[in-house]
Amino acid sequence: MRYLLMIYTDPAAGPQSEAEMGKMWEAYGSYTNWLEETGQHLGGEALQEPSAATTVSLRNGRRVVSDGPFAETKEQLGGYYLINAADLDAAIEAAARIPGAAFGTIEIRPILEMG
Amino acid sequence: MARVFAEEHGRATATLIRVLRDFDLAEEAVADAYVAALERWPVDGIPANPGAWITTTARNRAIDRVRRARTLASKADAIAADAAFETSRRDAALMAAAEDEMAPIPDDQLRLIFTCCHPALAPEAAIALTLRTLGGLTTPEIASAFLVPEATLAQRLVRAKRKIRTAGISYAVPSQDRLGERLESVLHVLYLVFNEGYDASAGDALIRRDLCDEAIRLARLLAELLPGEPEVLGLLALMLLTDARRAARVDADGQLVRLDEQERLRWDAAQIAEGQALVERSLRAGRVGPYQLQAAIAAVHDEAAAADQTDWTQILGLYEVLARVAPSPVVALNRAVALAEVSGPAAGLAAMNALAADPAMAEYRFFHAARAELLVRLRRVPDALAAYDRALALAPNGAEAAFLGRRRGEAAARASAG
Repeated sequence: MRYLLMIYTDPAAGPQSEAEMGKMWEAYGSYTNWLEETGQHLGGEALQEPSAATTVSLRNGRRVVSDGPFAETKEQLGGYYLINAADLDAAIEAAARIPGAAFGTIEIRPILEMG
Repeated sequence: MARVFAEEHGRATATLIRVLRDFDLAEEAVADAYVAALERWPVDGIPANPGAWITTTARNRAIDRVRRARTLASKADAIAADAAFETSRRDAALMAAAEDEMAPIPDDQLRLIFTCCHPALAPEAAIALTLRTLGGLTTPEIASAFLVPEATLAQRLVRAKRKIRTAGISYAVPSQDRLGERLESVLHVLYLVFNEGYDASAGDALIRRDLCDEAIRLARLLAELLPGEPEVLGLLALMLLTDARRAARVDADGQLVRLDEQERLRWDAAQIAEGQALVERSLRAGRVGPYQLQAAIAAVHDEAAAADQTDWTQILGLYEVLARVAPSPVVALNRAVALAEVSGPAAGLAAMNALAADPAMAEYRFFHAARAELLVRLRRVPDALAAYDRALALAPNGAEAAFLGRRRGEAAARASAG
């Protein structure tokens, strides 16, 4: 099954210093390698900060574009992985190893497979 | 026959789910087999192996259902092509399942327990699913035991089964390195079922008794399947040692009777002995856990021939270990109650007052009730009455409110007399 692992973190709870940030990126690098080596990796990216977000919707044929959205919660979507896993337990195993799980929350969503 | 049904239901359902990979079809097939048993057994007599009879009959009924569905599907248009494919896949699985494969293997039920109690399911959904599939309680029975409308409970079951399917929860026993973590949620579900039955927040007393019996039966089954897990033994022991006092816990008028005022001769001695042996066996494993400790505390209470012979020093020690292993406001409160018995009501009250800042305590009726009892002993009657009033405002059911009202009345009477 395919699962999307969404990484929600509070920037204030994560690494602050440059050295700590460097360590975290390293940890993400080796985590991605592990996903690839075990044949689970289908994709994944880190996202720019929520302040870089733009919202668009179509209402009565008109495009409504705005700044944001800015969620009320402190934890923001900071990145994701798309993985291949045998079952939910395997997906939980993979999600728990994401470096951000240590100070944030990972949401696991199964992909709705068509056909 | 009713006993055979309860014992065999979970076993048959578990086996059918393994073969069919479909909760609903398995449940329907087992229900069909029970109907057949109700028709045949009174005429033919109970078969030598009732479990095998039910499983085999259920398998045959499942084949019938799948074939009927396929016939219907093939008659319909292209929309049904998917369904036809799905049913033929199931049919193939059923055909492949030779008689010997239908023989229940103990792992079937273990797999089902872990699936139904997966931590990815909400506790109320896990409880409903466990009681429905492993326990074989009907949807109306579970609904009335938990005081929710039948439609709500049915919805809960549908959602739980859908989540198992869509989220990819496998029908498997977790790997050894995750067993402990996953076992926690299984034990928690069984514990909640037992408590709901024992603590009787409201509802039909008879059905609540069924919940206790069912929780004990499932814990016993789990202990058979995982004999090396001390917390499983601990939970079973805790249930047995608590349930042993059931007959003495409520008097002839349906009033709650405090532990220290219960007629101990009415306690179930055989059940206490079994619980004590289980506590000892679990502790020998050298991996102490919260259920073992709570069972050990229950065992100390149960072994006192009279309330004033209770070994409170040992209970206090056990609560102190429990507070380290599994700290919680409730454990802290119980520790304070034990401290009051060992070191006097003033020490107990000081420990309780230290907990009052916790917002959870303000809403916890037993906190106010326990404080009230100590305040009475300290002859601080107005404070005691205020604490009883707080507890009464939070008490959910008739028996408990009546009990608190009676205690409050005694305290007030003592004040006017003294």
